[in-house]
Amino acid sequence: MTTIDGTPSIDEFDRFDDLDGFGRVGVAEDAHAHEGVTAPGRTNGGSARNGSTSSGLDHRFDPPVPIGGPVEQIPSNPARMSRRDRNQLLVSAAAGCAASGLMCLVMDWRHPLTFVIWAVLWFLLCTWLMARDTTSPVVATDRLVTTLVWLAGMTAVGVLVWMTAFVAIKGIPGLSPSFFTEDLSDVGPLDPGGGAFHAIVGTVQQILIASVLSIPVGLLTAVYLNEVQGRMSSVIRFVVDAMSGLPSIIAGLLIYTVVVMPTGFSLGWGYSGFAAGLALAVLMIPIVTRTAEEMLRTVDNGLRESALALGAPQWRTVVRIVLPTARSGLITASILGVARAIGETAPVLLTAQGSDITNLNPFSGVQSDLPLFVFQLMTKSQGNEAQVQRAWTGAVVLLMLVLGLFTAARWIGGRGDRKRGIRR
Amino acid sequence: MAPVAVVDDPLQFAAGPPPDAAPQPRALKPTFTRGDRTFRGICTAAAAVSLVIIVSTTVFLFAKAVPAVSSTGLKDFITTSEWAPAKDHFGVLGLLIGTVIIAVFALIVAVPLALGLALFINEYAPHRARRVLIGAVDLLAAMPSLIFGMWGLYAFQEPLVGVSKWLNQHLDALPFFRLSKDGASLTQSSFVVGMVVAIMIVPVITAVSRDVMAQCPRGLCEGAFALGGSRWGMIRDVIIPFGKGGIVGSVLLGFGRALGETIAVALIIVLSIKANPFVLEEGGGSIAGLIAVKFGEADNMEISGLIAAGFALFLLTLAVNLAARRIVARSRVAG
Repeated sequence: MTTIDGTPSIDEFDRFDDLDGFGRVGVAEDAHAHEGVTAPGRTNGGSARNGSTSSGLDHRFDPPVPIGGPVEQIPSNPARMSRRDRNQLLVSAAAGCAASGLMCLVMDWRHPLTFVIWAVLWFLLCTWLMARDTTSPVVATDRLVTTLVWLAGMTAVGVLVWMTAFVAIKGIPGLSPSFFTEDLSDVGPLDPGGGAFHAIVGTVQQILIASVLSIPVGLLTAVYLNEVQGRMSSVIRFVVDAMSGLPSIIAGLLIYTVVVMPTGFSLGWGYSGFAAGLALAVLMIPIVTRTAEEMLRTVDNGLRESALALGAPQWRTVVRIVLPTARSGLITASILGVARAIGETAPVLLTAQGSDITNLNPFSGVQSDLPLFVFQLMTKSQGNEAQVQRAWTGAVVLLMLVLGLFTAARWIGGRGDRKRGIRR
Repeated sequence: MAPVAVVDDPLQFAAGPPPDAAPQPRALKPTFTRGDRTFRGICTAAAAVSLVIIVSTTVFLFAKAVPAVSSTGLKDFITTSEWAPAKDHFGVLGLLIGTVIIAVFALIVAVPLALGLALFINEYAPHRARRVLIGAVDLLAAMPSLIFGMWGLYAFQEPLVGVSKWLNQHLDALPFFRLSKDGASLTQSSFVVGMVVAIMIVPVITAVSRDVMAQCPRGLCEGAFALGGSRWGMIRDVIIPFGKGGIVGSVLLGFGRALGETIAVALIIVLSIKANPFVLEEGGGSIAGLIAVKFGEADNMEISGLIAAGFALFLLTLAVNLAARRIVARSRVAG
């Protein structure tokens, strides 16, 4: 709706100034006409794109006489809908529903999906035709695409909200203190009570192991890529890219063959929380590296050069200047890595196998963790309500953990930006 | 603390360049202190860890896959679809086809939704909603696939079965929307899994493509508006040509993610080893799902077979991801 259509001349403009957006057809071409007319009244504080409309305000007091005769075009604000646009939208929606309903009645189609699809198609057609009729084909196409994009955006947002809400509604009733303090070792499948203590212990230990192993490696790799820039840089970047797309189950298979497997040339340590930590570390390294590298890139080059110019060796420049400057970004990178690892099921399934008993020693014996707890309850429950309810509660705890970590990461990242005067 | 750079020959600099020679930039030689060398060594060692991981993945999975593949024969491994641990026969053709079917279904639905959402966030959404939406998309890209799987099984499957029925009734001219027999079960099908995976990869595709499209220089967009272009005209003629590489790359990234998806698939699908041409019906194949389902009770030879299947998946996703990264990186450089 950006195009500039014919609008009333200055005199008419004055005359209509006090009217609101509707009922002043008869002047030039309508929708865009009165959009243009009402624009000056609305422009204060409007978007940057319509800055020129404010000049329309000046014209009222001091009409300029441009070379080609009087000004006939006043830009409209593409970011706003006029009342006419809104009415057109409502009319086409109603028309779409009506046409589709009629078709379904006549053809005796019963499925609601049939109705919805035809309604959307008719609605889009009406929108397009109306816009074409009242404005120009260019505007009509634009409005059609605007409607489509809004539909796609709303569908995506709606589905994602539905999912989060569904998990929360299913899981929250099962939350109780005992869920965090009991395990499943002496709880029969049909008994009430029992909790995820063993899984929470496993999650904490495995994530700690994975973080201790992967965060230093990931951060140093980022420093290597951005600061050291050695001979292997391009190879390492290639490899990190390859790793970040690795399916998580492949990481599990790798640690299984190298560490867990009892036969052949592997270490043969058996299932353990430590092996799970290793597998999660493999998944975390590329995430930490990629995010941290982005963060290091935002450090002002002037800082590095000043330090070097003062005679600091490179390692001091990095340790005393670059890393402290990017500190909040690096913390964000680490938290994002943890958030990814905490939800992974498949690698833990292959390396720690999972159990119902609390195992406090991560270095030997099978162990569970939260996602695995949920997954195994789901697959083994066979429709048993108590088990499924436990699984949902576990899922909601997991959801809250990821949400909390993510919020923390964004908050810390945002704080660092504010300190350095970057506005997002 | 030694200086980082020294002039090559201070005397020559003091005397000025010889009059007939064109002025040359001074040659700067980087000098590293011992501390620097240690520091660089540590960083290089850390960077080498990733290299070691990728190389050992290739080597170990290959080595452990050899027994199963050699007992089946490489040709039979790729061209048959039979999973018979008792006979030491492992064929993954059906599973590979099943994996690709699920991923393609997911892409068909996810790409329009994700690109629409990316455009919506960048160009259409009200300014205040934009930040919230960007955060939400990033969060959902990090959401555990387990949660998507559970939601898919308990909430999303029911309406999807309705959609399956509708597709079967109205579009059964298309061979892949037919059913093998009337009244076949429509739950737990490749189609249902594909749709759940689609919802899962929407945030992934949106996050990357939105990022690339947001890098389009604002001046170009304003220029398009100033020439009287509509918003769609601006998107079509400025943003899409600018972000083409990034969009293709993001779609490939989503494809890679869909190929490797494990837990959501394992939760929902009924595993079938043979390729199931009736995608609306119960049963479908997936390599990652096969590993997750069969791993618990597999003996040595079958584990070797599972590792071989995993190796095939590894190579497939590696190829897709590297292609994607290359395209995204190139489009960024060009921008």
